[in-house]
Amino acid sequence: MTNYLDFEKPLAEIEGKAEELRAMARANEEMDVEAEASALDKKARELLEDLYTKLTPWRKAQVARHPDRPHCRDYIKALFTEYTPLAGDRNFADDHAVLGGLARFGDQPVMVIGHEKGHDTRSRIQHNFGMARPEGYRKAVRLMDLADRFGLPVITLVDTAGAYPGKGAEERGQSEAIARSTEKCLQIGVPLVSVIIGEGGSGGAVAFATADRVAMLEHSIYSVISPEGCASILWKDSEKMREAAEALRLTAQDLEKLGVTDRVIREPLGGAHRDRDATITAVGKTIASMLSELDGRTGKKLVKERRRRYLELGSKGLAA
Amino acid sequence: MNWITNYVRPRINSIFSRRDTPENLWSKCDNCGNMLFHRELRENLNVCTSCGHHMAITPRERFSALFDGGVFSEIKVPAPLEDPLRFRDQKRYPDRMRAAQKATGEKEAMLVAEGEMGRTPIVAAAQDFSFMGGSMGMYVGNAIIAAAERAVALKRPLILFSAAGGARMQEGILSLMQMPRTTVAVQMLKEAGLPYIVVLTHPTTGGVTASYAMLGDVHIAEPNALICFAGPRVIEQTLGEKLPEGFQRAEYLLDHGMLDRVTPRTELRGELITITRMLMGLNPAVAGDLPPPGDTAEASPPEALNAPPAEKPAK
Repeated sequence: MTNYLDFEKPLAEIEGKAEELRAMARANEEMDVEAEASALDKKARELLEDLYTKLTPWRKAQVARHPDRPHCRDYIKALFTEYTPLAGDRNFADDHAVLGGLARFGDQPVMVIGHEKGHDTRSRIQHNFGMARPEGYRKAVRLMDLADRFGLPVITLVDTAGAYPGKGAEERGQSEAIARSTEKCLQIGVPLVSVIIGEGGSGGAVAFATADRVAMLEHSIYSVISPEGCASILWKDSEKMREAAEALRLTAQDLEKLGVTDRVIREPLGGAHRDRDATITAVGKTIASMLSELDGRTGKKLVKERRRRYLELGSKGLAA
Repeated sequence: MNWITNYVRPRINSIFSRRDTPENLWSKCDNCGNMLFHRELRENLNVCTSCGHHMAITPRERFSALFDGGVFSEIKVPAPLEDPLRFRDQKRYPDRMRAAQKATGEKEAMLVAEGEMGRTPIVAAAQDFSFMGGSMGMYVGNAIIAAAERAVALKRPLILFSAAGGARMQEGILSLMQMPRTTVAVQMLKEAGLPYIVVLTHPTTGGVTASYAMLGDVHIAEPNALICFAGPRVIEQTLGEKLPEGFQRAEYLLDHGMLDRVTPRTELRGELITITRMLMGLNPAVAGDLPPPGDTAEASPPEALNAPPAEKPAK
């Protein structure tokens, strides 16, 4: 069962019809529907191409949040071996919105850290929909420290609507936890590469995505505020999210022009969820190539260049 | 009734009677509603003289009271790209900027200065909530970096007064990138072994709290200041329940271990002098009428530290 986004409705109809025809043919062997069904397939493909080659920023935001999009755990499972999750912030709790642990990327031992949104109701609740609490950021700080001490490169996978806005999270110092995580990203003397695989939501994303190299999937987004939040503040109307998404310049393509992201990873036609394996493989290749760019650099040099990268950000603007 | 009301012609009379209560001499406390005499309020640093409520204060007013004799020199902030995203909501971003500049008479939402505070050389930066909600954009980032670089060059502590609704949405991702940028600025100070003191004022929220405002060596807040990551309205919407009284206020954060102190604005200067002098390994401050520069400082009772600043700026 495919989950369709609202702008994919016409596509859903065509694909649904093709599926129906084939189901009828299976029930009744005399029917020959293949010609008709493949015509529908062709039409669907054309429509898909049409929709996805010119996705508006708001539609990209919807694709970035697609429930079937591969999530952190899918990447960890497919791209790493010997993944050994490490839990807890040693202060208060273990935050399941943040996954992290030791793993091998190829032969290389690394530390992998990321936001996990969950894939069904139960796991979404368990992972708090990928919205981390202070414990999540403090766990990340602890893991980055560990990686730093043992010379392991750090790979972060970013996919969060933002840090969790809750009473307990605020009481336990959500802001301080995020600030410390960003600070740690700027301190560690090991390679740090980040991939925004879905949503890069505000401070909750910066805390992991402050890296030597940042890549984004083609239809992922990275923004200071959600389009809905921005619309309700600046337009006083949360229904103006299309306009807000446009104005915020949150697409991977715009962010590459601004120098915020170094690479844009192509997604299969119709978005990452239409061919999860191909997406995951492409992300793996990008991680390998980003890590190899940083190969052989001393810790001091890495830190110096990472800081310079951020100090220099903002010198490039976008033409209208 | 006096002779004017009786003898002066009605038109002139009306002018005189209008002058009886000019509006700008009095302001009303936002909290207790008492009418406060303007000059008195200003002398009390915009803290209500009857209920102690802390009202907003501009960076310039704050610096006039903070630096000895009100003398400071501004540190130049590198100008960022103007409107990098060509942002437009209901208004164009450059129009919003011009309106804010006109309303405040300031160029941007942060003022950076160097000078002496109780004969203690410092660099200070203050955020201006009246300028687009104090929002952190590229200029504010540049200002904090400039402040840190200047402090490192002069080997002085940096005192930062935060006040902001968060990141400046009109600069999109580039405003978000000020979180790591300002964090680098804080790291410059730490690596140079210089104190970085944050005074959190009402309100300090969002990306500002989640970066430089929470990375200080010492955190002091003004009473009842709202300090948070997610604002109370956002949390109430998410949870669907009312939050307790005083939630996310300075005293609440002090209770939860996020602050070192909550200090009234009127006592802040003395406290900042005491702390920075100890961290910088200097002698206790001389209070009251300061001797001419060159005389070595003598110990003085701490309560005298809140005496008004000396008439002449120290060299």
